[in-house]
Formats: sequence, C-alpha cells, structure tokens
Amino acid sequence: MLKKISFIVNGKQETLEVDVRESLLEVLRNRLGYTGVKKGCGVGECGACTVLVDGVPIDSCIYLAVWAEGKNIVTIEGIAKNGELSKVQKAFIEEGAIQCGFCTPGYVLTATAMLESGKKYTREEIKRELSGHLCRCTGYQNIIKAVEKALAD
Amino acid sequence: MYDIKAYFEAETIDEATRLLADNPNLTIIAGGTDVLIKIHHGKIQKAELLSIRKIKSLEGIRKLEDGTIVIGPLTTFTQIINDPVIKEDIPILTEAALSMGGPQIRNVATIGGNICNGATSADSAPSLFVLNAKLKLKSQQGERIVPIQEFYLGPGRVDLKPGEVLTEIIISAEDYTGYAGHYIKFSARKAMDIAILGVAVLCKIKEGTIFEDVRIGLGVAGPTPLRCLEAEEYAKGKSISGEVIAEIGKLAVRSTKARTSWRASKEYREHLVEELTQRALKAAVVKAGGEEIA
Repeated sequence: MLKKISFIVNGKQETLEVDVRESLLEVLRNRLGYTGVKKGCGVGECGACTVLVDGVPIDSCIYLAVWAEGKNIVTIEGIAKNGELSKVQKAFIEEGAIQCGFCTPGYVLTATAMLESGKKYTREEIKRELSGHLCRCTGYQNIIKAVEKALAD
Repeated sequence: MYDIKAYFEAETIDEATRLLADNPNLTIIAGGTDVLIKIHHGKIQKAELLSIRKIKSLEGIRKLEDGTIVIGPLTTFTQIINDPVIKEDIPILTEAALSMGGPQIRNVATIGGNICNGATSADSAPSLFVLNAKLKLKSQQGERIVPIQEFYLGPGRVDLKPGEVLTEIIISAEDYTGYAGHYIKFSARKAMDIAILGVAVLCKIKEGTIFEDVRIGLGVAGPTPLRCLEAEEYAKGKSISGEVIAEIGKLAVRSTKARTSWRASKEYREHLVEELTQRALKAAVVKAGGEEIA
C-alpha cells in the first residue's frame, strides 16, 4: 500500500512513496536518514521521537507518515543554521543539560517551539511544556535551567 | 510498521458514512494516539482504518447565538485549552484538557477520540458529563442526538452504531450559565498518566448560601464515567456548610462501582471519591461566589 507524499523536511522539499503502515519516525530515520529522530518507547510516552510539524511538537512514532503530506517538518538536524547552533542548543551546552543525549533532540525541538511562540513561561509552565519528555539519566534540573536560559530576554 | 491492512481517507462526513456503510470492519482514526497504540500492542490486528482527519467540518469550536457551544470532534486538546469560548464559559473542560497526556499528545489527540474510545478514564468525560453534553451521531440512515451519559455502555464500549460517526459535541447554554465548576485529576504523576480518579463538579448557588444545583461527574469510579445522582439530589436546596458537603461526599460513593486495579484498590478509590468530591465542591463554591469552607 504505497502512497506518494510530498512534504518539507528541514527546508528541503521531499517527494517519496511511503507505505501507509509506516510511522513518520520510520520514514524520517530509515528513508531520509534523519537519525537525530530517536525511537524510544514507540507509544508516545517518552518524547524522544519528537519533531515539529508546522511548528508544533508531536510524537513521530504515533503519527502515520501519510499524514505528513503537505506539512513542514523540522527535526533536530534542521535547528542549527549555517553551521551555527541555535539559542536553545547553546543553552543546553552551557547548562550541561545533556548526559547520554538520547532525549536531547526531542527536548530541543519542544524548547524551540516554545521560543518561537514568543510567549513568556513561568518555571512551572516550562515544566508542564516539557512533561511529554523523559530523560532516563534524570538530568531534569539542568534541562529546565537550559530552557529557562534560552527563553530569557 | 503498523499492522494496517487497509487505509481509507474521507474528506466529507457523507463520504465517511458511505465508506462505513460499505465496510463494517473499519476502525475510525483521527489523532491516532489511541488507535495506533492499540495496533502497536496487538489489540487491533490487520487494522482497516478510516481516517476522518481531512473532514474540515468536524474541526473547531463554535458558539451559536443562543449560547449553545458546539465542539467539533476533531478539535485537539491543545485547541480546547487555547479556546477563549471554552475558557470563558466552560473552564471545567479547559482544566480537564490540560490534565490529559503531555503536550505532544494534546497537540494531536482529539476530543472525539477521547469520547469514542469509551474509556472510563477519559479525561474529558467527567467534565462533559456534568455539562450534560449531547453527542450528534450521523450515518447514512440519518442523525440522532444522544446524551453523553447514555453514550457510554461499558468498558471501551459506546453507543456508536455500525456506520455512525460522531459529528458534534453540543453543550447548551442552560447547562453552564450561572454555574461554576472545578476539576480534579488524581494520578500518580502530573503528566503522562492515567487518572486513578477524575472528579468534575459544577454548582449553582442562590442567595449566596444555598445550593441551587450541584452536579458531580466521576471517571474511573466504575466501568464507565458516571454521575452521582443521589448526592446531587440531596444537595439541591441545602444551605452550604461543611456538614452538607461531607454528606454529599459520602452519598457520592453510593453511585460508584469502583474496582481494584494495579493503580489503586476499590477501597482507596472510594475514599478518593468521598474526599475529592468534597474538595472539588468546596473549590467550586468559591468560584461560584460562595464563602470558603475549611
């Protein structure tokens, strides 16, 4: 059951035939090589597979690839511009918010969406916005600090 | 890859009901946050899916001239949370929507899916029960409107007949005007968790001190979400006091059919019903302009 879809990934127009049984995660990782999209739990609990669809964070493991038709997808590979890390990425490094790194792409994408919303967030709201991600190294404090830093000023 | 045998996509309600009439095995999929997980766990095998994601008329929230609020079943939890009409008129649904899953799930999960899954733990259910939400269901044979309290039939079972699609969630002005409410989700974690108990309370106060109307909706207190009619009946016309609220809490337990699961025992859930009904009602009283009761 192949279906031809066109969508933008990290600014690049892609047209390919996907199987309707494939998740967006599988297509991004296995067909397009965006291995920064991590497969964690596979059931939308851990947030490691988070990507932005039209600017909105979603779990790509429970999102069928065919639904990406016409959408603008951003993965962690699309965050740095011209070789320069984004504000969020820099804040993660400065705050030591990375341990094993498996959860990091997802967190960075959610934080990027928060930054781009232009909204102000309290610490409690930051925690709530990040609650769809699990860090199994349990480095939550530094992650929250990094997001606070990226969102400041 | 998901175990999907067939995948259909409808762009109009008529197309969806026609496809459903032709193939009774179709499972409707919208946000996919429940259906895909059921497929992942093998609870649905060789799935034949009908996607209703492209049906524009099932999206969005409208307020009619007479105050009726109509919620399209494809409305996501994030859209519910951010909607000014919901926040102003029925904030008890905003509170419930905020308690569901995490942000990524709320960005795709739909309120229609939450209802049609038939889960007693559906986070929207206690609020929709106290708001006396009505559901419009359409098929090739026509349409009918069912009160949400009658729509839930049993665990995972709803009164969605073969060939039917949920097209509107309707809340009448008389069911929210003058009411204030409070919602409590009791769970082990604040996010990404299933409720041990969900409690929604709406109340209307007259002369500042008397319960004109009280409505109590519970999730996970029985095989389906439910209302505590005995406690509600008792509350009507009573002077607001700690004793009366304590009695309402006790009576609320009598409407429940809680069971023991790994999340909590029947006894603990019954304790929570009694306690949290009181807490939610006390908070609702304050929001309705009544005195704070310790």
